[in-house]
Amino acid sequence: MSEFYSDKDVQREVTELQGKSATAARLFDIRRIIGGLFVVYGVIVTIAGFTASDADIDKAEGVNINLWTGLGMLLLGLFFLAWLKLRPAAPAPPGVEPEDDERVE
Amino acid sequence: MQTPTYLAAELRLPTNWLDYTILGIYFVVVLGIGFAARRSVKTSLDFFLSGRSLPAWVTGLAFIAANLGATEILGMAANSAQYGVYTTHWYWIGAIPAMVFLGLVMMPFYYGSKVRSVPEFLLLRFDKAAHLLSSILFAFAAILIAGVNLYALAIVVEALLGWPEWVAIVVAGFFVLAYITLGGLSSAIYNEVLQFFVILAALIPISVLGLKKVGGWDGLSDSLTESRGADFMTSWGGTGIGSDNPLGANWLTIVLGLGFVLSFGYWTTNFAEVQRALSAKNLSAAQRTPLIAAFPKIFIVFLVMIPGLVAAVLVPKIGTSGSDLQYNDAIPYLMEQLLPNGVLGIAVTGLLAAFMAGMAANVSSFNTVFTTDIWAKYVVKGREDEYYVRFGRLITAIGVLASIGTAFLARSFSNIMAYLQTLFSFFNVPMFVVFIIGMFWKRASMKSGFWGLLAGTTAAMVNYFVLYKQDVIDIPSDQGANFVSAIAGFVAGAVVMVAVSLFTAPKPAEELQGLVYGTTSPGMAEPPAPGDEAWYRRPALLGWGAIVLAAACYIPFSF
Repeated sequence: MSEFYSDKDVQREVTELQGKSATAARLFDIRRIIGGLFVVYGVIVTIAGFTASDADIDKAEGVNINLWTGLGMLLLGLFFLAWLKLRPAAPAPPGVEPEDDERVE
Repeated sequence: MQTPTYLAAELRLPTNWLDYTILGIYFVVVLGIGFAARRSVKTSLDFFLSGRSLPAWVTGLAFIAANLGATEILGMAANSAQYGVYTTHWYWIGAIPAMVFLGLVMMPFYYGSKVRSVPEFLLLRFDKAAHLLSSILFAFAAILIAGVNLYALAIVVEALLGWPEWVAIVVAGFFVLAYITLGGLSSAIYNEVLQFFVILAALIPISVLGLKKVGGWDGLSDSLTESRGADFMTSWGGTGIGSDNPLGANWLTIVLGLGFVLSFGYWTTNFAEVQRALSAKNLSAAQRTPLIAAFPKIFIVFLVMIPGLVAAVLVPKIGTSGSDLQYNDAIPYLMEQLLPNGVLGIAVTGLLAAFMAGMAANVSSFNTVFTTDIWAKYVVKGREDEYYVRFGRLITAIGVLASIGTAFLARSFSNIMAYLQTLFSFFNVPMFVVFIIGMFWKRASMKSGFWGLLAGTTAAMVNYFVLYKQDVIDIPSDQGANFVSAIAGFVAGAVVMVAVSLFTAPKPAEELQGLVYGTTSPGMAEPPAPGDEAWYRRPALLGWGAIVLAAACYIPFSF
């Protein structure tokens, strides 16, 4: 190696690692998690809104805030699930096969 | 020293099983993401940089969420309760221009040169001395800031939920440790994206109900104009040079200190942020990362400023000896006053998520710099890639433990934000000088990087701790002193770099390809991915759009 650590060294090293990288092929789609969590939260908070006591509503300045927040979260969750359904992630690039031995599930 | 950051004890939230269910679900999902991301980690590039494969909207939201830690949220609400609408400066002039500059101007060099970290860029552009110094400074700062986050989390959780401080520290530390060691950066980024939405779901109800409580924006504005004066509700009122305002800064120090030096230092050279963009799947996605983040950033200011202002109306003596409430209590106070169980659980989850994500951003950038820049280049060189993945996991654990140890350092500052800004002015500002000169001036010599970095850091520290803290110069507030220290660090770094460059040899031109403005390297000429030529994905349009929008936002608050 010369006295300079050259950009060619970094480029070669990173390009090589990128070729072996497994993230693109094996990482799950975050839209599924956001969608799922917000649908669950949306349902829970909406139910809390339907069963809200007068004290709850008085505390929140007369607004049934659980209901509105719950519905908002539910919509956001459904949006992410719909997006995932309509535009699924591009299939994994050929050449990188998921290896079963490292499966966690 | 000022009063410590304790939250008032009567802020205990009336949480019930519903709120704890919501919180519990979140913790399960966080760990689940870690486990599910584990199988995507095969190489060190996967662990430290998500294999450079993520889409722009994911890296963009992670970019904003990494900044939207709880210290930022509570700190900016505190800032608003204390200084009013001046808070908008931290967003519109103190973030957007720098984010756009990062995306449009700097990202081709960062991403195109294929560096894995900000210090690695300095290694290519300058020499090992600059590289090692910046790596060590960054690693040190990252642990310190992660410690600040953890300490802040502990006091907030103790006040709000009644958990002992050590329980909060151990639980939060454990979850961050677990999900980063398992899934690496992918896990950190995915959790940040999730946190972004949860924190919005927490802040929107607080802001809406808070506004309703004080009679809408007009009621808020009238009440604060009466009690704090007209300038409190404007961005620029009272910032003329020589005039007096609570911020202790005039328009020149705001524009230069906050808008230029501090902001560009933070957004363009802080690796905890830049790392998100470097994990994008191609140059176009990397460029769009900070630009996509800029749009939510423009509007998030309202969600932190409104609760701060509302608290200033409801508790007129907040932050003074006439009240038990500190400025940092603004958001927890409104949560306690306004939110019923259910949304309260969402808000608590959002706050905890923000604390953990803020800490995780620092830990995930720390482990990358420590492993690829310090360990693999100076200590244990040339081992197989698997070794560095294992080492990265080990150093993550060590980093989390170290940040627990540094948590107590945060005690002596009343305004968490001021503390963070102070640190940034010492670590990021000189980095920014060295970057900007190194990127735009071919003649800047190999040795000038190290000396510029050293001089800038020293000058900022001397200005803050000696000249300001010992009352040699008169600046009315910590924030004002931060701005001036930042400018001092910038100027000192620049002068020293130019001087050293004139007396030492420049780097040979062939070693600078793709690192200096006006040159290109082979990696930068990659073909655009299909779909990237769509008009709404054009970086220039996104960038200038954000600038125009931010400038337009100033208009209603300027007169």
